[in-house]
Amino acid sequence: MKLKLATTAMALCAAAGAASAEKVKFEYWYGLTGDLGAVVAETCNRFNAAQDMYEAVCVGQDGYEKAVQNTIAAFRAGKHPTLVQSFDAGTADLMLSGEFYPVKKLMEDAGYDIDWANYFPGIANYYSATNGDFFSMPFNSSTPVYYYNKDHFDKAGIAEAPLTWEGMEVAFKALNASGQTCGLAYAPSTWIDLEQFSMAHNVPVASNNNGYDGLDSELLFNTTLHVTHMENLQRWMNEGHAMLRTPAAGKSARDSFVEGECSVFFSSIADHATVHKLTPAFAWDVQMIPTYEGSDRHNTVVGGASLWVLSGKADEEYKAAAAYLAFLATPESEEFFVSNTGYIPVTKTGYDALLAKGFYANQPYVNRDIALTSLTFTEPGPLTRGIRLGSFIQIRAEWLAEVEAAIAGQKTMQQALDTAVQRGNDQLKRFAQTYAGKSFP
Amino acid sequence: MRRAYFKFSWIAAALLAPQLLIIFVFFYWPSMQALYWAFTLEQPWGGGNTWVGFDNFTKVLSDPYYWGSVRVSVIYALATTVLAMTMALTLAIFVDRQLAGYRVWRVGIIWPYAVAAPAVGLAFQFVFNPGAGIFSYINTIAPGWWDLSKYPWQAVTAIVIAGAWKQVAYSFIFFLAALQSIPRSLTEAAAMDGARPLRRMVDLQLPLLTPTFFFLLVINITDSFTDSFGIVDTLTGGGPFRATDLMVYKIYTDGFRGFDYSGAAAQSIILMLLVMALTFVQFRYVERRVHYT
Repeated sequence: MKLKLATTAMALCAAAGAASAEKVKFEYWYGLTGDLGAVVAETCNRFNAAQDMYEAVCVGQDGYEKAVQNTIAAFRAGKHPTLVQSFDAGTADLMLSGEFYPVKKLMEDAGYDIDWANYFPGIANYYSATNGDFFSMPFNSSTPVYYYNKDHFDKAGIAEAPLTWEGMEVAFKALNASGQTCGLAYAPSTWIDLEQFSMAHNVPVASNNNGYDGLDSELLFNTTLHVTHMENLQRWMNEGHAMLRTPAAGKSARDSFVEGECSVFFSSIADHATVHKLTPAFAWDVQMIPTYEGSDRHNTVVGGASLWVLSGKADEEYKAAAAYLAFLATPESEEFFVSNTGYIPVTKTGYDALLAKGFYANQPYVNRDIALTSLTFTEPGPLTRGIRLGSFIQIRAEWLAEVEAAIAGQKTMQQALDTAVQRGNDQLKRFAQTYAGKSFP
Repeated sequence: MRRAYFKFSWIAAALLAPQLLIIFVFFYWPSMQALYWAFTLEQPWGGGNTWVGFDNFTKVLSDPYYWGSVRVSVIYALATTVLAMTMALTLAIFVDRQLAGYRVWRVGIIWPYAVAAPAVGLAFQFVFNPGAGIFSYINTIAPGWWDLSKYPWQAVTAIVIAGAWKQVAYSFIFFLAALQSIPRSLTEAAAMDGARPLRRMVDLQLPLLTPTFFFLLVINITDSFTDSFGIVDTLTGGGPFRATDLMVYKIYTDGFRGFDYSGAAAQSIILMLLVMALTFVQFRYVERRVHYT
């Protein structure tokens, strides 16, 4: 009986092998989870159904961080996927290791003609080398905005969602005066409070133009407008305009907003779809993140993740991966992804096609393209291209732990940011030592 | 002390080989690798490393936050061990006395051992959640008093309770087995001499339990140093502001999340030495008081 089972299994394997021999398979590991992960899996199904030469084998890795961790472990064992979805902070090591196939080169080699200038500059700059060539393929893209409760704002007599932090403070006071106890549901986020804030204000996060010009960079955020901003946030919490809302404290900022407890929260535009699904019992809208008076607003940069092609694979697999990337770059794929998630289009033609259809005039998409206004507010300059620092995940963690300590009253905000900078600089030195003699391509 | 000598036998060697191979592959080999990485700066994506001598160790040992991590790890290990063993012993004594429904309790108490650490953490997250858990009732009486994300001591208490809860089952099985192996005749003789249950426990059962007690002490302390990851990860994530950043958790965050393989390797070596030192101390000083029959 056992023998029989084994023979059947072998026969089945052989049959499966024969069937798939016609198609070139490649592996793609992605980090998105839940509904978003399902949408990614669906893009693979669509790709596999659309042609019969290649087959994308798409494997969810349970989160951005795990996707990168697992890929590194697999890479060291020589069993890595051809394509991996990686988030911004996880790529400094990959860039310096050189163990990737730049997508621009890949697409050229595979004979695809991609109009790279078609990508929004705020996205393009983030994912390309100093000479402007794309390293990785922009995929799920977002930028932060704030969500506000229109009913609360109306009741408090706030006619327009403020675009300045000074206006925001007035709004918080008006909300309190109208009987609303919580103005802002605050959850500390380096991505919003430090990185995107610094971009929008054109102030540096680190020297060397945020790390682009060399590995010997030092963090500068304890000397910029960022400090004032963090002190203001702390003051607003002390004065009762804002409340700390994190999952660890029992309720996330988004839940607090959706329940109508707090009137404002900051998050990625990707949450636009989620908030809609949660159907809050009030009217709401989104607005660009505010800036301080006296500084000119600049563009924010892209968040989310991009697709990296790794080295050490066979030519056919690269061709298959290129076909998949080309498939993703079509306006139809872009529309599929954008309409099923809260993410924004990455190409100008993709966006124009959506506009021409009146996509953003209908719910649930109304005003979602405010993210694009924010992203394209100015042409990216040396300080608003993005951030290219090693050990950035640890730097983010240092910032968060220190800011939390300051919010809990263990130290002043200035002390907290000084410590975060000093510890972050130690990390940067270590990183530079690890990659001595190298520089970002 | 009696010693036994055995002749070399191929059958014994063959029977031992698989186990030795497993220990080599999953312990000695990775340990050697970690030792090597601890003296270098390793690039995560391969591509070589640079020899840096003791740099990784000096960096770790000169970091005040690392010592905070050592401190909380020691507190966690001692507190969970004491709590778990006390609870386990109490429960074992009750079950051994065959109080009403002891069969049900016996099975019920063994169960938690089969629950994975992350699941324990998740379950306790519902218990300790300041907004929705059982502990949130405290907050309805004294608003804002219970908040894991704000008060370090509360976060530490939470992981200690969760950790101890998970350990109880293991100690319980051993305590119960040890209690049941105490000859009935001894207990009965003591009873006939007029010793009440409490006196029998203090003068008879506990002294006879010391070998089990010592074994469980070593296992529990080692376990709480090395097996706390799942609970910390799901319950506190190392926060608030590093208050529950146990050594094992810090190794994970630095190594896997932060790609600092070398720093994490150095920390692993330090943790290994610490656990070895503690075990040595226990054998050297605690075992003296143990009477094997």
